[in-house]
Amino acid sequence: MNSPLKRVALACMLMFGLLMLNVNYLQGVRAEELRSDSRNVRNFYDRYEVQRGRITAGSKVLAESVETDDNTFKYSRRYPEGKVYAPVTGFFAPESERDIERAKNDLLDGSSADLLIRRSLDLFSGTQTKGANVDLTINPKAQEAAYKALSASGKKGALVAIDPKTGAILAMVSVPTYDPNPLSKADKAGVNAAYAKLAEDEDQPLLNRAIERTYPPGSTFKVVTMAAYLENDDTLGPQSPIDAPPRLDLPNTTADLPNHGNSACGNGRVTLSYALEKSCNTPFGKIGMDLGYDAMKEQAAKFGIGGEQLEIPMPVSASSIGEQEDQAALAQASIGQRNNQMTPLQMAMVAAGVANDGVVMKPYLVNKVADAEGGEVETADPEELSTAMSEETAAKLREMMVNVVNLGTASAAQIPGVTVAGKTGTAETSGNRAPHAWFVSFAPAGPDEEPKVAVALIVESGSAGDDASGGQTAAPIARSVMEAVLGR
Amino acid sequence: MSTPSVEPVPLPAKRRLAQLAMLAFAVVITLGAYANVGLAIDGKIPSGMLTYGLSLGGFMLAAYLVLAKFAPWADPLILPLVTLINGLGLVMIYRLEEVDAFGASANQQLLYTAIGVVLFAVTLVVLRDHRALQRLTYTAGAVGLVLLVSPLLPLIGEDINGARIWIKVPGGQLQPAEFAKLALLVFFAGYLVAKRDVLALAGRRLLFIDLPRARDLGPILITWGLSLGVLILQKDLGSSLLIFGTFIAMLYIATQRTSWVLIGVLLFVGGAVLAGLIFDHVQARWEVYLNPADPELFVKTGGSEQLMQGLFAMSEGGVLGTGFGQGHPERIPLAISDFIFPAIGEELGLTGLMALLMVYALLVERGLRTSIAARDPFTKLLAGGLSFLLAWQVFIIVGGVTNLIPLTGLVTPFMSQGGSALLANWILIALLVRMSDAARRPAPQAIQDEGMTQVFQR
Repeated sequence: MNSPLKRVALACMLMFGLLMLNVNYLQGVRAEELRSDSRNVRNFYDRYEVQRGRITAGSKVLAESVETDDNTFKYSRRYPEGKVYAPVTGFFAPESERDIERAKNDLLDGSSADLLIRRSLDLFSGTQTKGANVDLTINPKAQEAAYKALSASGKKGALVAIDPKTGAILAMVSVPTYDPNPLSKADKAGVNAAYAKLAEDEDQPLLNRAIERTYPPGSTFKVVTMAAYLENDDTLGPQSPIDAPPRLDLPNTTADLPNHGNSACGNGRVTLSYALEKSCNTPFGKIGMDLGYDAMKEQAAKFGIGGEQLEIPMPVSASSIGEQEDQAALAQASIGQRNNQMTPLQMAMVAAGVANDGVVMKPYLVNKVADAEGGEVETADPEELSTAMSEETAAKLREMMVNVVNLGTASAAQIPGVTVAGKTGTAETSGNRAPHAWFVSFAPAGPDEEPKVAVALIVESGSAGDDASGGQTAAPIARSVMEAVLGR
Repeated sequence: MSTPSVEPVPLPAKRRLAQLAMLAFAVVITLGAYANVGLAIDGKIPSGMLTYGLSLGGFMLAAYLVLAKFAPWADPLILPLVTLINGLGLVMIYRLEEVDAFGASANQQLLYTAIGVVLFAVTLVVLRDHRALQRLTYTAGAVGLVLLVSPLLPLIGEDINGARIWIKVPGGQLQPAEFAKLALLVFFAGYLVAKRDVLALAGRRLLFIDLPRARDLGPILITWGLSLGVLILQKDLGSSLLIFGTFIAMLYIATQRTSWVLIGVLLFVGGAVLAGLIFDHVQARWEVYLNPADPELFVKTGGSEQLMQGLFAMSEGGVLGTGFGQGHPERIPLAISDFIFPAIGEELGLTGLMALLMVYALLVERGLRTSIAARDPFTKLLAGGLSFLLAWQVFIIVGGVTNLIPLTGLVTPFMSQGGSALLANWILIALLVRMSDAARRPAPQAIQDEGMTQVFQR
């Protein structure tokens, strides 16, 4: 009976061989496909399996993972500061994440190749790898002041504060906003319902108005137009005269470009500084038409407008002065209307460029990433984005912008003992809604001082129609943020 | 006539010490895995570790002592291999119980292991010569039949999870089919030894196949009918396939005729197709096998979800596994019984599964080696049959849960939670050990050169 027994033995080995082959096929070849199957809830569990890194702003914890008693979901994500930092931190939902949580996901969850050494060490020592901690450039005082002041306005709006010297973003606020905590629960159905509710909200709380939306910049854009004008002719200065008629005839149209409320601008021929202080439209419309579209576009590009897409690390919507049309359109674009569309971040970069002697720094949010043991993974390296203008031009513009605050439409931005530079703006909107109030500023702005903060903000429908009323709404908000940064 | 040599024939080594060392190794691996679970889930060594270790170690030491006393020549690998599989199964069940997986009870399984070891010892002590079983051929057949149909009887039979395969006993239920397997195998072995000549030789040659006589087809037809009966009346596809397949293998070993295998396969395929046409649940299994990822089948009751959850678990394990206590095998329905293999696959990975399959393969190989070394046809057939039964059972269940073949419910030998199967399998191992002892025991040696008259030491 031995020969059939041997054949049976062979059959048995064949069966085990088949089982082994199949197991190899499943766990080797098909593993990836099965792992990504949407019905495999393990992906969902895995998200809560590692202790995700913290997101901090200095010593303030903005997001952290805390251990739960639940064996299924080992860690839960919480945001102690809730709404205030939501546009920065984003959230960590069961199937997606947003903003810093998304942009730095592989570092936060520890899967990044940059953490390979850490992971190898952990494997060796048998400790569970934790995610890396992300420290932001946000200044908590500025962020909180901005959130408080913007919320207090009761309107929608956004604010960005930058350190002009480095490009570090000190505050980024968008209101209305959302609480990331309910969106970060380990409960798909609950989170989806909460998200759907926010997504359907007419006030768009999920939208980060500071970087994901563009608005016509209104008169704040005159800073760019003025920069182009000064760069074009270096003999010009704040006291150089310019024509400022009550109405500017727009060629090939029946329409004119008036000043706000058809008001006069001085006696019809004013200094450049006065034109900026009072935010007259006609001189700037004229400047734009005289310089031409290409020169305006070039100047805008030097501020980073319309260049390659910024990532801070979240992607920033593109700003643009609009396509080339006729001279009339150019005149309107030169005062920040028509198809001129800017993100609040872009306008903050304009202010920061003036403040930083004409050099625009690349804005960034992440200060430092360190692994769980404190080992440095990456550190911010401030980078120049472009040179917007010469140092001389920057000094002249600074002087004029200081005059805007001291003598012009932005008196509400004055801080006792600090020289503040600024520019108000009123952006006409379509429909019957009130115009948006803009304000860009930086401080300290004395002739030999080094500005520490540049701010741009918009309050939607925050203006009664002229720069002065918009300045009354927007400038105090910027002031409170600058005070927070300057420790006033 | 030659003079017998004065040199004694070299004795096969007993290797008792090696066996003890391997046994200790198996227990240590189990305890390591046990500690691993505790460390991963609670961050500390489980509090019951000492009790657990002492019990398992104690049982196995007892089994070893009985074996050393009553079957000293037995194959030294069999007991350590079984200990390892049983131990890993215990750890997995403990691990599932830790996360409150439905029905998992490590203590109960440990108790069954203890009873299993007792049955192992009793079998070895009582059954000093397994050939006694040959005399019980027809009794065994009758007992097997009664056990097999007993769940269908009113009063004692019980229907759990849609399968009527249980009988009530004081203190719980038993799956008599598990014990029926053993009795039937004894019957097959005894019957085939008696009839193999007539089954092998009589018949006609058609083309290149020797066809048996019609009247000799009786036994295979009866077994076929019995299997189909189990399949139909108890909805137990697994046991039906197991018994029939083993019978065919034994028939082949006994007669050496391929025609029996062909006839058997044809009969089974025919029966399966017929069952598929008649019964929805058989057809459902087939559909699930062909397309387990189908979204419709996934959500259907009795559909492919369980199978897919097992595959998901295995994919999560990948090559190295998540580590004991660090996966989510509790996601697999019935991870404690039929699906314990994918649960192991999740936590120990491909590496662990390959090792586990290798351990099973080694066990089967040791059994078949016993069969080849055995000196009488009954032992050969019984040892071969029991070994094939083990391999076949692993193939059916592991192949089923890994979607290699259609899924039919069976327990994974020595791993799955469940008393009946564990007890029956420990008896199976006792039988193998007994036969291996007989096979390896050296032939009687001549005490001295006494020419024509020899005195043997027995």
